[in-house]
Amino acid sequence: MIVSPQHGVLNDAVRRRADPAGRGRGGPLLMRLAGHDLACIRGGRQVFAGVNFAVGSGEALAVTGRNGAGKTTLLRLIAGLLEPSSGRIELTGGLADISVGEQAHYLGHREALKPALSVRENLDFWYAFLGGRDASLASALDAVGLEGLAALPAAYLSAGQRRRLALARLLAAPRPIWLLDEPTAALDTAGQQRLAELMRAHLAGGGIIVAATHAPLGFEAKELSLGAQDRSQAMGASSLLGGDGRGDARPQAHAQIASPAADREKTR
Amino acid sequence: MKGLRALLVRDMRIAVRIGGGALMGVLFFLAVVTLTPFAVGPDLALLRRIGPAILWLGALLASLLALDRLFAADHEDGSLDLILMGAAPLELTVATKGLAHWLTTGLPLVVAVPVLGLLLDIEPNAIGVVALTLLVGTPALTFIGLIGAALAVALRRGGLLLPVLVLPLTVPVLIFGVSAADAAIIGPVPFGTPFTILCALTLMSLVVGPFAAAATLRHGLD
Repeated sequence: MIVSPQHGVLNDAVRRRADPAGRGRGGPLLMRLAGHDLACIRGGRQVFAGVNFAVGSGEALAVTGRNGAGKTTLLRLIAGLLEPSSGRIELTGGLADISVGEQAHYLGHREALKPALSVRENLDFWYAFLGGRDASLASALDAVGLEGLAALPAAYLSAGQRRRLALARLLAAPRPIWLLDEPTAALDTAGQQRLAELMRAHLAGGGIIVAATHAPLGFEAKELSLGAQDRSQAMGASSLLGGDGRGDARPQAHAQIASPAADREKTR
Repeated sequence: MKGLRALLVRDMRIAVRIGGGALMGVLFFLAVVTLTPFAVGPDLALLRRIGPAILWLGALLASLLALDRLFAADHEDGSLDLILMGAAPLELTVATKGLAHWLTTGLPLVVAVPVLGLLLDIEPNAIGVVALTLLVGTPALTFIGLIGAALAVALRRGGLLLPVLVLPLTVPVLIFGVSAADAAIIGPVPFGTPFTILCALTLMSLVVGPFAAAATLRHGLD
């Protein structure tokens, strides 16, 4: 058996290692995902530099910023799909012998669905490939409101239904870290509420959520604003010309993070 | 392992559904082989002599047909990201996809050979030999093609490049596949000599193909 540990029991495995005696079983996991001085260059362009963040078990991080600020890039860095040009991503309290990507779900712009397969077959595949637990598969479709469409080929799903099916994947195969890229895109109001409930439940179970978003998440979350300075420069271009003393007109991505105590924190 | 089995089943399912690539290769193979007698003319002796070569050429081109979609389709719908994040080593995952592709496009070609051999007036026992060489040789074509399929993702619009990159690498397989078939039918070389080399080429490509394709995918993603 060359394949690494069964992921279906990942949460349990993490819990056991974090708390070998079994005290506080079911309580929040003590995981912490942090990025230190991250920078990324794509296509010869510096997307961002000097990004720091830290998010622990039961916490959500909302990554905001204008289009092109690098929200998706940051999520892909965390997932291990891109290499940072400098800096590092660190996960403490998780499984040391497997990568962050293997302990994380990545929900990108594209839903990773095969139109030729039915809703159920699509979910079955990701369930088996990502290592889900037996009980979770049946309830996953219910949880996202697709229970009546199991036999329908995914080609006939609407954009919102595709999104819901992609979300069902996160429930079918439990993993402690959720990396969500615009999770509310294409969802209707009821879908967004349900997503917020699912995310709250995930956090309550000790999970970590990093979500790139424009819309409010619907619950308390730390905020990481990418390219904030860049944006202020762009918007303040006229004042820059008027000589506001800011000499550096070169676009420079800059990120800062609000601590929970800081007054910058917003209820999203 | 469970994940890889699921991937194998999924890829084969997609291939045999509407819009999948499984039938396309066989139909192309059928077209090439059926049209050859019309092009060459009703010269049975000539057809018999070039028969194995035509079957091999048809199989080679047919196995390249759906290859550029192997990773590109997964890349476009986002599946490849999740597959790369998966628990299984990427080399094994790539090999699994290669196996699924061969089972749905390579194996049907081997099955079609007895029927098509009749059109080229190849004798029954010779048909068996040609089918055997194709059975051994087509996995090599698929697994060498994996490298091109991975490059098609990494290079974007690499679909056009794929035959250019892959065909030269398949030339040894073609040479020894056809010469093994010819050796069994006309001699004078013993069948074992070219056939053993063909087996060696296949074994080599089974190892090199997945590693090269996995490396390409790792470096090509953005």
